[in-house]
Amino acid sequence: MDRLYSTVASVLSPASPYARDIGHLFWITFWISMVILLFVSAFVIFNLVRFRDRGEGGLPPQTHGNTVVEVTWTVVPLVILIVLFVLTVQTMAAVSPSTKTTANALNVDVVAHQWWWEFRYPDGDVVTANELHIPVGRTIHLTLTSADVIHDFWVPELGRKMDAVPGHPNTMIIQADRPGTYLGTCAEYCGTDHAWMRIRVVAQTPDAYQAWLTAQAQPHAQPANAKQAIGRGLFVGLTCSSCHTIKGSGATASKDVGPDLTHLADRDTLAAGVIANTPENLRQWLADPNSIKPGSYMPDLHLSSQQLDALVAYLEEQP
Amino acid sequence: MSQESVSPHALPFPPLTRGWGWLAWLSTTDHKKIGILYMVTSLFFFGVGGIEALLIRIQLATPEAKVLTPQEYNAIFTMHGTTMIFLVVMPLFIGIANYLVPLMIGARDVAFPRLNALGFWVFLLGGIVIYLALFTGSLADAGWFSYAPLSEAAYSSRPGVDYWIVGLIEMGVGTIGAAVNLLATIVRYRAPGMTYRRMPLFVWMMMITSLIILYALTPLNAGLIMLLGDRLLHLHFFRANVSGGSAILWQHIFWFFGHPEVYIMALPAFGMMSEVVPVFSRKPIFGYTFVAGSGVAIGLLSFAVWVHHMFAVGLSTPMNAAFSAASMLIAVPTGVKIFNWSTTMFRGKLRLDTPLLFAAAFIIQFVIGGITGTMFAAVPLDWQLTDSYFVVAHFHYVLFGGSMFALWAGVYYWYPKITGRMLNERLGKWHFWLAVIGFNATFFVQHILGLVGMPRRVYTYPNLPGYEAMNMISTVGAFILAAAVVLFLWNLVVSFRRGKPAGDNPWDAWTLEWATNSPPPEHNFEKLPPVRSARPLFDLAHPEIADYLDTHSEAKA
Ligand code: HEC
Ligand SMILES: [Cu+2]
Repeated sequence: MDRLYSTVASVLSPASPYARDIGHLFWITFWISMVILLFVSAFVIFNLVRFRDRGEGGLPPQTHGNTVVEVTWTVVPLVILIVLFVLTVQTMAAVSPSTKTTANALNVDVVAHQWWWEFRYPDGDVVTANELHIPVGRTIHLTLTSADVIHDFWVPELGRKMDAVPGHPNTMIIQADRPGTYLGTCAEYCGTDHAWMRIRVVAQTPDAYQAWLTAQAQPHAQPANAKQAIGRGLFVGLTCSSCHTIKGSGATASKDVGPDLTHLADRDTLAAGVIANTPENLRQWLADPNSIKPGSYMPDLHLSSQQLDALVAYLEEQP
Repeated sequence: MSQESVSPHALPFPPLTRGWGWLAWLSTTDHKKIGILYMVTSLFFFGVGGIEALLIRIQLATPEAKVLTPQEYNAIFTMHGTTMIFLVVMPLFIGIANYLVPLMIGARDVAFPRLNALGFWVFLLGGIVIYLALFTGSLADAGWFSYAPLSEAAYSSRPGVDYWIVGLIEMGVGTIGAAVNLLATIVRYRAPGMTYRRMPLFVWMMMITSLIILYALTPLNAGLIMLLGDRLLHLHFFRANVSGGSAILWQHIFWFFGHPEVYIMALPAFGMMSEVVPVFSRKPIFGYTFVAGSGVAIGLLSFAVWVHHMFAVGLSTPMNAAFSAASMLIAVPTGVKIFNWSTTMFRGKLRLDTPLLFAAAFIIQFVIGGITGTMFAAVPLDWQLTDSYFVVAHFHYVLFGGSMFALWAGVYYWYPKITGRMLNERLGKWHFWLAVIGFNATFFVQHILGLVGMPRRVYTYPNLPGYEAMNMISTVGAFILAAAVVLFLWNLVVSFRRGKPAGDNPWDAWTLEWATNSPPPEHNFEKLPPVRSARPLFDLAHPEIADYLDTHSEAKA
């Protein structure tokens, strides 16, 4: 587990121009806020200490107010807020899709499901789940929709968050400056497993990304041995293929109810980030999905031990 | 004071059991008793919501904990939010207002005593109904704002959400009744001489709050009926995949209520602050007109900012920008109040009793909640921070560090009026310090958790760097806060029987509620002092420097 989550997912360590723009705005407001907070707290505490009733009796001067003072503390905050508003509008433009920001962008469609992410690369006939591969240094233009309820795509280091709303496609841009894995998550409460709808963005050099994309476009390898052949038979014969697609398996899912499994072996995690993608974990997942992600829509098909072995061998392309 | 020589045990208990014994409580139309019913109900639900909060914090204390199932956790956080908002903070304010507003304006009772009683009982019914769902084996679990389509039958098929909707409609009806009544009382029943410009500021804030309730809860109830229609009659107001349905429409309706709701829970707190701070500073409020006027500004603006809850939904840029501007604007009148309270303390003679301590903590904590609120008005910051733990920290600073602390200030201040006995100061100080430490320990780290990417409403989390330690601090803080709450409740109970007798005006305060007995007789007043300024009892005690003598610019008001 720890290997999967050893890095931060922080708004304060931006790794893209867009996250950085928002970070700047954050720090500006932060310091203004600090000055205000310190000023007010100091004033209140000073009053408590300095003007404490020490029991000498009598009334303090009964002042009722002062219009000049009132106007001052109305106008000064107003001016600060006008500045903040101007910065807000500027930053909004800078981090939103526009002809400028999306001129050379890579388009990826994101479909949110209860409780996993589907990523479709329109230019490459590639579909993956939960892990988004992107080339560094290039703007990624995401179009978000949802297959069911409202979700929200959020990878703090790469950019803003944006809701995935059924019937209301949204677009947003992200980018990564450096190769690496960036963590994110669904940020809009979406039901039982909202907690386990994690996102991993794998940023690669353009060459590595291109190689990855080419490999992803390939169908699943043909079974290399008898065990894998049995696994493929089970995948097609049991109901797996009614919910999952594996290109090259001979069956296509009528609808993407579950993640595309063509290149499952390529992924770091299973079930949108709950466990590392290892053969043992996969076996456990297939044997009893509910023990790993309670409430998930992946059914327990009561597979036998041999069936589990064969499916794992096939899915992980293991000898 | 004459009571000083009386032994505590010689004092009669407040007339709780007159009439037909305890049954009298069921039929009462006395605004004071109804006020007490509201208060006791909300204190009960405060316990319920508090236990829910502790369960949440236990589950989140360590990563990947399995104390609660996801389904249980989701139901508990939904009920925690719903309970604290609709069954604790709102009715506590409404209850206190019910008790105090007629006294503060020198009235015998409220305008519509029976509507008042009806309002309470319908409200209570609603509160019971949302929990009755337990008997169906499901509680509402779509979150306190029940976003469609998650709250639609297709995704929440169990009846918990139906009970939640029906309960909320009932609470809405009850609350609207209470608001109509308060409004009519304030407009029609003020004592001779009490012009609007001499009205206590708590009454001012309750007047504005009542107006907000009328215009905010009515659309909520309409929306809830639409949602119920979707669920039970297969209508499609909010079902996104059916012709004409729109999930976003629900959000507009909900937040058109939901943001004013924040001020329904904040303005009465502002009112309490504006009573407590001057009395314990021994000075009139600084800038009465500005405090009242900024309340009006907040009331109006509160209806023009709802989209700031929806910046991440993907609305158009002009829409986002317009609501950003309005949301920033609302910080101005709020700031004015903060400055007025702190300046009221300046050059006063501060009596550091429990009410003032809570009031001072309110100012600082509310400023923290206020500045993070302004951050959310800056759209790109909202795009990063909304729906993270940062927003959880933000609204707890506003509603707990703010509203609840003001309520505590108010309770310590007015408890003697209501019961005739003082709350224990020593317990009060303990309560205060534990609350400040517990509250800030619980919620301050949540700002950082949000910044490092922890989303809200998750039943568990992977152990990213720092998550475990910060969540543990938050959980420990929650238990300290719970200890503070237990002390508070204990103080209410023991002081009721054994507290120091209060006398009519233990704080030497200036508004009319202190001109009658503690507790007040059923008809409220034997006789009223003349009202010639906002501080009639001050004028009475200090005729040589009375407020109406026109020695100060603001006093002319
Ligand atoms: C009713 C539809 C359905 C059927 C049938 C089904 N699955 Fe799934 N499966 C899902 C869903 C939905 C998920 C996503 C679960 C989640 O992350 O919440 C999933 C997830 C998975 C994953 C993890 C994918 C990833 O990227 O993390 C694997 C592997 C998998 N299923 C294999 C199978 C196999 C093998 C079968 C047949 C034995 C099968 N599934 C049958 C719906 C189904
Ligand atoms: Cu989601």
